Amino acid sequence: MEIDPFIFRLSIFILSIFIGYFVVWSVTPSLHTPLMSVTNAISSVIIVGAIIASFSSFEGGSISFSNILGFVAVTLAAINIFGGFLVTQRMLQMYKKKEKKKNK
Amino acid sequence: MSANLSSLLFLATGALFILALRGLSSPETSRMGNFFGITGMVLAIVVSILSVDIFFSNLIYFIIALSIGGVIGGIIAFKIPMTAMPQLVAGFHSLVGLAAVLVAVSAYYSPDSFGLGAFQNIKTASIIEMGLGVSIGAITFTGSIIAFMKLQGLMSGSPITFPGQHYLNALLGILIISLIGYLIVNQSTQIFWILIVASLLIGFLIIIPIGGADMPVVISMLNSYSGWAAAGIGFTLENTALIITGALVGSSGAILSYIMCKGMNRSFLNVILGGFGTDSSTSGTKEKTEQKPVKSGNAEDAAFLMKNASSVIIVPGYGMAVAQAQHALREMVDKLKKNDVKVSYAIHPVAGRMPGHMNVLLAEANVPYDEVFELDDINNDFANTDVAYVIGANDVTNPVAKTDPKSPIFGMPILDVEKCKSVLFVKRGMSPGYAGVDNELFYRDNTLMLFADAKKMTEDIIKSLD
Repeated sequence: MEIDPFIFRLSIFILSIFIGYFVVWSVTPSLHTPLMSVTNAISSVIIVGAIIASFSSFEGGSISFSNILGFVAVTLAAINIFGGFLVTQRMLQMYKKKEKKKNK
Repeated sequence: MSANLSSLLFLATGALFILALRGLSSPETSRMGNFFGITGMVLAIVVSILSVDIFFSNLIYFIIALSIGGVIGGIIAFKIPMTAMPQLVAGFHSLVGLAAVLVAVSAYYSPDSFGLGAFQNIKTASIIEMGLGVSIGAITFTGSIIAFMKLQGLMSGSPITFPGQHYLNALLGILIISLIGYLIVNQSTQIFWILIVASLLIGFLIIIPIGGADMPVVISMLNSYSGWAAAGIGFTLENTALIITGALVGSSGAILSYIMCKGMNRSFLNVILGGFGTDSSTSGTKEKTEQKPVKSGNAEDAAFLMKNASSVIIVPGYGMAVAQAQHALREMVDKLKKNDVKVSYAIHPVAGRMPGHMNVLLAEANVPYDEVFELDDINNDFANTDVAYVIGANDVTNPVAKTDPKSPIFGMPILDVEKCKSVLFVKRGMSPGYAGVDNELFYRDNTLMLFADAKKMTEDIIKSLD
């Protein structure tokens, strides 16, 4: 009998939870705020769904309800992607060591 | 682009995101990690665009949407003060939640474009995944909005409770699960929208009873939810990148919630059920101790004590964030270091309003991160330290957590500032902390209370240090 592709996706999901578990425990507590902002940014990969919605052709070429929802979702996800990665970058720039400071 | 190739590239996106999180294991590798994250995201967007049939009209709207979002996001990222990070993250979570809802609704109305079957005849597995995704997304959306409003001060930070609250939530929870189940047999629009409304409502209801200082748990929890919502949509769209990312973010948020709960020695359930710090039982102890004398001092006294100390540990709390005192604090420490005083910083896991909140503020003020220590790493040093400078923290230093089993904060790990030779408390008044518990440290002989705004007091101490 052929295996349902759902099982493969479930396997990926479960194993990713374990990867997440071990990777996140190794994050140093002083970087927990950047961790939150970067996880927020990457969860905006939901934009791939928004892109499908933006180009779904329900009513043969003209803009459909689904398209509009897609555009709004793209906007929201884009705020998160740009905002999330940039604010993380800004925070990470601030974490400096003592030696670096002396060099300045 | 062939389906196999795009799937492989989505897998690569997932791997890049894992590297992004992995980079955060140390500040040196973190910037590289963020770069991996950005690369993964660009890859995901490019692959998605190449995988759909492009209509010119839609492409223009898509580019406009992407640009508007990008500009707004960019402006927010550069303008936001570091003290406002908790509400920013809460606000961002709400956007992920809403985006998940919109994508799910769109997939519900044109499932053919998503390869899920026909309208109101969606594959059984897909409709369940869609129901879960839309529901968790809606809960994340309204829950995060309430968290945002509480953190931004648009809404009172105190818990809002009413009789029958838990029953109502339980009822709504059962309703949501039943509706998702019912979607299998009847995919009508009404059921789908009732599911969304019920989920929006419960997101609102579960966050209002949770008080301000429990926000670290709430933000972490909503972080986790936004991940599970993304994973739910990932299953619906059969997209590996979304499934991996959802699992990573979901477990990340769950771990942070766990760390925060442990930092307060409270169960997750206890935090979620809310209403903490409003029990009438704690008000009794408050009255009893209110009459005791406290020693209060001024900036010169504090400056004198610290100047003549050989070691000082700074204990920052939410009060430092409110007063924006981190820069003044840094200046004070620089002055002390010139006097050959050894200074380090001690951070409690739940100090502030989100995980790592204090660390970011100190980093903003250019405090080198190797002078900043976590609770376990520094707690033994208090006994050999001359002065503890507690700025805007209270409950996390209260020894009652060790001595009084009846106290609501009993068992919470605390910073042992009481073991220092002297303790300086910068506080605006004698009011108890969030837990509503009086801090007996205030009345000890070796404690000096500095009643003032955290920033003003620190600035005055700087002047006195000259």
